[in-house]
Amino acid sequence: MTAPEGPRVLIGHPGVGDPVEGLALVSPDGFSARYDLDRSTGVISRETHALYGQSIAGTIFVCPLAKGGFATSWALLDLRARDLAPLAMLFTWANPVMVQGAVLGGVALMDQLSPDPMEAIRTGDRVRVDPPAGRVEVWASPRRRP
Amino acid sequence: MQIATGRFFGAERMVSVTSAHLTGDPESMGDAGLAFVEALVREGGRFVVPATTNSCNVDLARYRDFGQPEEVAHRERRLRDLVAALGGVLLTSCANYQTGAPPRFGEHLAWGDTGTVIYANAVCGARSNFEGGPASYAAALTGRVPAYGMHLDACRRGTHVVEVRDQPRSVSDWGALGVLVGRRLTNYWLVPVFTGLEVTPDADGLKHLGATLASYGSLAMFHLVGRTPEARTREEALGGQSARGTIEVEPGALQAVYRSFVAEKAHADLVVSGTPHLSIFEIERLARLLDGKRVSPETMLLLTTSAPVRAMAEHLGYVALIERAGGRIVEGVCYYIMSPREMARRHGLRTLVTDSAKLANIIAAYGYNPIFRPTAQCVEAAVTGCVE
Repeated sequence: MTAPEGPRVLIGHPGVGDPVEGLALVSPDGFSARYDLDRSTGVISRETHALYGQSIAGTIFVCPLAKGGFATSWALLDLRARDLAPLAMLFTWANPVMVQGAVLGGVALMDQLSPDPMEAIRTGDRVRVDPPAGRVEVWASPRRRP
Repeated sequence: MQIATGRFFGAERMVSVTSAHLTGDPESMGDAGLAFVEALVREGGRFVVPATTNSCNVDLARYRDFGQPEEVAHRERRLRDLVAALGGVLLTSCANYQTGAPPRFGEHLAWGDTGTVIYANAVCGARSNFEGGPASYAAALTGRVPAYGMHLDACRRGTHVVEVRDQPRSVSDWGALGVLVGRRLTNYWLVPVFTGLEVTPDADGLKHLGATLASYGSLAMFHLVGRTPEARTREEALGGQSARGTIEVEPGALQAVYRSFVAEKAHADLVVSGTPHLSIFEIERLARLLDGKRVSPETMLLLTTSAPVRAMAEHLGYVALIERAGGRIVEGVCYYIMSPREMARRHGLRTLVTDSAKLANIIAAYGYNPIFRPTAQCVEAAVTGCVE
């Protein structure tokens, strides 16, 4: 057991949205609101998705890549209006429809961070996302094994 | 929104566009999206460039036959009124490049449907990013978009070479090729360069290659050496740089894509063709395959196209042939936004056979068992009610 340390810091270009803090949900698979999500419930509904059955609502959603098309650009606004949107989204690589959707929906989004959030963050970690500063801070979950 | 998105992607300026393709159907937009468009109308918004609409949720003349909820039709009518008030053209097609809006080399566009974007970029040499729903409305209102991504030469260059040694022989084979590459290259900023092709694709083959790459890989650009306008040579396609990687498509690889879709049960509940919307040539072929046949009473055969193409098919007698065989051909809609959960519940649909790799990819999120097969095998499945 090591002594408590400060947060691990991830740095990148400025993202969109306001600073938020919450618990991470890490998706090993890519994500599209159309291909993977039941938008009526905010639950991953694609049976072959690694997070099948889990809700993205209120999470810091961490994901390698943005998949799919325009549905995602509308989905975050509508999910947020029903309190089902993630607090923030961190991608290795985002695509335009995901960023447009985040801007419209008021969801914080960042990508191309160093180190990569897919490496640095585990589900359950506490994460503070500061898009204007291009900075993400991660406190490992106490349940996380070394 | 445009400025925030442009900043995110490092755009240094805006660029004027010649048209917008609006991607917003009530199913995708949700109540909040519909309210967004209502607010644009209320505030006196008016499109400043030609703006066409993408596929919709209901064929307003035929939705009752399928038991789609009245509420869905009501929302569709409401949205159409709003788009018309903003000055949009209700083309209602996800193959606008085959129906009324062919792109030109070098023009900048603000198109929203990913299949239309990749076709415009790769096949026509026009320039568009994925301007998704709200972004397509924003561009139609301002007449410009942030200049990043596919508007810039640097992002259109090939990044990976695909050595094709299994030649696509049909429209769906081009989709299968798209699956192979789209499963490997899953990033908007990657651009495959296809070499080794001994066959020349028709427009429908290119439509399916593009739509599949966009669907599986979120790609917005590809090159076919010697076939597409920015790829007269492999060197031109790669922009003078060396490829970051090579994908080899060995003989038998396309068949393996079809076989990767495994049916849970032998019965085909539903057969769908038309994602993206069928062209008149595809409808003619389907009509010929169905001529003198009879669709199994336990299986639904559904073809989707645009209103202008359906009208042409009716004029040419293809619709009569398809309907005589027991198939249905609907206009404006695309199956994955045609209230597919409601359709599954109402009609007991689970196994969906399609010649569209894109539809097979998307529909899995809606509780279907998708089976991707060549067009002739899809027709066979509709007639026998069985899928292998």
